[in-house]
Amino acid sequence: MKKKPQRLSEMAIIMVSLLVSGTISCTTVKEYQKNKINDAEMTLSARKVEKTEMSFQTYREGASGANGGKTGGGCGCN
Amino acid sequence: MKKICLSIAGIFLSLFASFAQTSPEDSAQYKSRKLTFEEANLVSSYYKQDGNNSAVTGGTGTEKLTDYSNSIDVKFTKWGKKDIKHTFDVEVGIDHYTSASSDNVNPRSISGASYSDTRIYPSVNWTAENQGKGTTIGAGLSFSTEFDYQSVGANLLFAKKTSNKNGEFTAKAQAYFDQVKYILPVELRTGGGGNPRDEEDDYSSRSRNSFSGSLSYSQVVNQRLQLLFIADLVYQKGYLGLPFHRVYLNNSTVVVENLPDTRMKIPLGFRANYFLGDKIVLRSFYRYYHDDWGLTAHTVQLETSLKVTPFFSLTPFYRYYSQTAVDYFAPIYAHKTTEQYYTSNYDLSGFNSNFYGGGFRISPPKGVFGIKRLNMLELRYGHYTRTNGLKSDIISMNLKFK
Repeated sequence: MKKKPQRLSEMAIIMVSLLVSGTISCTTVKEYQKNKINDAEMTLSARKVEKTEMSFQTYREGASGANGGKTGGGCGCN
Repeated sequence: MKKICLSIAGIFLSLFASFAQTSPEDSAQYKSRKLTFEEANLVSSYYKQDGNNSAVTGGTGTEKLTDYSNSIDVKFTKWGKKDIKHTFDVEVGIDHYTSASSDNVNPRSISGASYSDTRIYPSVNWTAENQGKGTTIGAGLSFSTEFDYQSVGANLLFAKKTSNKNGEFTAKAQAYFDQVKYILPVELRTGGGGNPRDEEDDYSSRSRNSFSGSLSYSQVVNQRLQLLFIADLVYQKGYLGLPFHRVYLNNSTVVVENLPDTRMKIPLGFRANYFLGDKIVLRSFYRYYHDDWGLTAHTVQLETSLKVTPFFSLTPFYRYYSQTAVDYFAPIYAHKTTEQYYTSNYDLSGFNSNFYGGGFRISPPKGVFGIKRLNMLELRYGHYTRTNGLKSDIISMNLKFK
């Protein structure tokens, strides 16, 4: 199986760039202006109905974490 | 299984009924000092898979498995002194699975066509939010038990909102202390001869401890866009393989997979949700993952919520996943006898996967099916394919009561 080497530092730079470019252009949104942001579909986490999907992916795939769920341990998975 | 489902429904309805009369009327001025029922979620799923690369039989053979999963979580709130909002989340989950490959740990046993087990996992979480200061602290405990695996977990959380309440920084620490029963394939047990009462044997255990730290930052960019960045660091120590995973070496001898006793994982995640127009929500997720076993992975998930009406949404989704193999993976009869670490578990091989499907979500103002307390129903189906042949299907349902 061929590997695709990835340099962590490059990924970190991309993430930080996204963070910086995202936040520097932010506008202050007042609470009364958050009707769309507060919509149930806009939640910044996996939804409850995805719980079992995330669980089987943790078992069937080598990667886990960074999605608010399990990062390893707690079950006979990776 | 029916009994388990009925028991869950019974417990759930009892809890629901107990707190149904305690919710105060909505009022901006009134904050209940009593423990108040906030919401409850029942999530049920059915999962089935099949493939031909079972790790139990050395990377070849059936991977047929079915799993029924049910979980209930009930959330309560209580306002304390100094306007601190306490939230308590109590959850119980039960999974019941049958697995044809697990049956091959001892193919000469009398367990039948498939082996089955039940996993029970209760947890409790508490948070205290100081809305004036924009800070939240929290802690939680979890427990999981099945025939060959027990786990105790704990977590701590701290979160702080920015002064304009548009950003939030969260730090979380988790620890799991697990015990794996050392159940060897029958032919590798000392004195093993296919004793049909093997499952009653007093197996020894191996420990597996996992520690993780997680930092995340969420930001409201404008009235339609919000972002989330997550960086986790995970360290695992102990017995990290499974004792019934066979490996057939290149000289045809059979051994149990052997993996390093430490593993460091670095997953980095990013979410962006955008409200397009008045009827479309675009949800996206990307994760980069790397660990010191040599596995690198990328995950991309895109999902759309189409609001057909304000109370009915359609949710098609697509997820692409790609991983490289760990350094210790090789297929059947490919590992050399001189190698220190080896596995033929195809979950750790190099592959790509596609997961796609859709669902719907209804939350009418008068309640689902006219039941006022039944606030929301969501149903979702997904089909999963892996380039090494594994296929699976999953259907899940979430009922929310408020």
